[in-house]
Amino acid sequence: MAKVKDVLFDPIFNNNPIALQILGICSALAVTTKLETVVVMALAVTFVNAFSNLSVSLIRTHIPSSVRIVVEMTIIASLVIIADQFIKAYAYDISKQLSIFVGLIITNCIIMGRAEAFALKNPPAISFIDGIGNGIGYSLVLLVVGFFRELFGSGKLFGQTIMVVNTDGGWYVPNGLFLLSPSAFIIIGFVIWGLRTWKPEQVEED
Amino acid sequence: MLEHYLSLFLKSVFIENLALSFFLGMCTYLAVSKKVETAVGLGIAVVVVQAITIPVNNLLYTHVLKDGALAWAGLPDVDLTFLGLVVYIGVIAAMVQILEMTLDKFVPALYNALGIFLPLITVNCAILGGSLLMVERNYNFAESVVYGVGSGAGWALAIIGLAGIREKMKYSNVPAGLRGLGITFITVGLMAMAFMLFSGIQL
Repeated sequence: MAKVKDVLFDPIFNNNPIALQILGICSALAVTTKLETVVVMALAVTFVNAFSNLSVSLIRTHIPSSVRIVVEMTIIASLVIIADQFIKAYAYDISKQLSIFVGLIITNCIIMGRAEAFALKNPPAISFIDGIGNGIGYSLVLLVVGFFRELFGSGKLFGQTIMVVNTDGGWYVPNGLFLLSPSAFIIIGFVIWGLRTWKPEQVEED
Repeated sequence: MLEHYLSLFLKSVFIENLALSFFLGMCTYLAVSKKVETAVGLGIAVVVVQAITIPVNNLLYTHVLKDGALAWAGLPDVDLTFLGLVVYIGVIAAMVQILEMTLDKFVPALYNALGIFLPLITVNCAILGGSLLMVERNYNFAESVVYGVGSGAGWALAIIGLAGIREKMKYSNVPAGLRGLGITFITVGLMAMAFMLFSGIQL
């Protein structure tokens, strides 16, 4: 049981896919202007990651290593199509805002990286949990970034007004920079700084 | 006519830079930007692959996948757009593989220079992202060629710039927690801010 716990919780702070493994950054930055899109994206990535790990692990003894990348890609692409069609069917507005980024889950290196690094070597159940753990680690960073960007960029959280902006007669002058791309990089930079100050063993020597 | 293509090219290089305004290909962007030399190699590889895959995917989209595109085969009611993702990633993987073999056979010098970067490119989201954006914006074939070269060049420009900054950064005293990845993120943020100067320019 201890192993299950480690596999599930390690990716959250100790081995975070975004902050430490440098995986899956592309989508992390682009979808974080609003918490609503963040939640949909995070669920989609967690779903795809868990099930791709499960499927890859189930057939891991049957894949010849020379074609494994193609096999993994096909599995991942099929799962992403399911997620994409599902979002289009039930949350069409959000799927418009996410635009190409749901499709880009295919090339999100978290998924590929976990399939390669974990699912190929471990039994299905634990691989599935690893997928969920990494999905949560990814979601957490996205939620933090999304929280700051939506709160300071438009004074809202999940579309609910928290600070009334001056254009609506309120007191808060929104910082437009938070809605633009550079802020995402800078916020993630500070998240990493905070995480590494808290856990000094993650500091890089260079 | 020429003006239209020129403005599309400049737009894809500067204004809608794949790396700095769409965050595409970030994993490789951050991981392979430690040295200018390797960044140049990867940059060239991305330009070549973009210039090939985007037009090929464009042809596949207009003649096979689009709603009603299969009319020439006697199937006017078939809509295969949902298969798009699998097809594009397949084309990219295949093209990268073919390119690798061709270069190995005919231009070994270039192959040796690009060698390790080519397989890496298959999972670079800038490539798939380029194809998806091309579909989303309904580019025609000629536009897709221009867009392929332009977006690849923009990405190459961004990674070479970042590598240059990171080489200089070795000599600076960065706070312990920010060393490595942290400061790189902030640098990219500042670069993206600089690139935002181009936004809103109408050509």
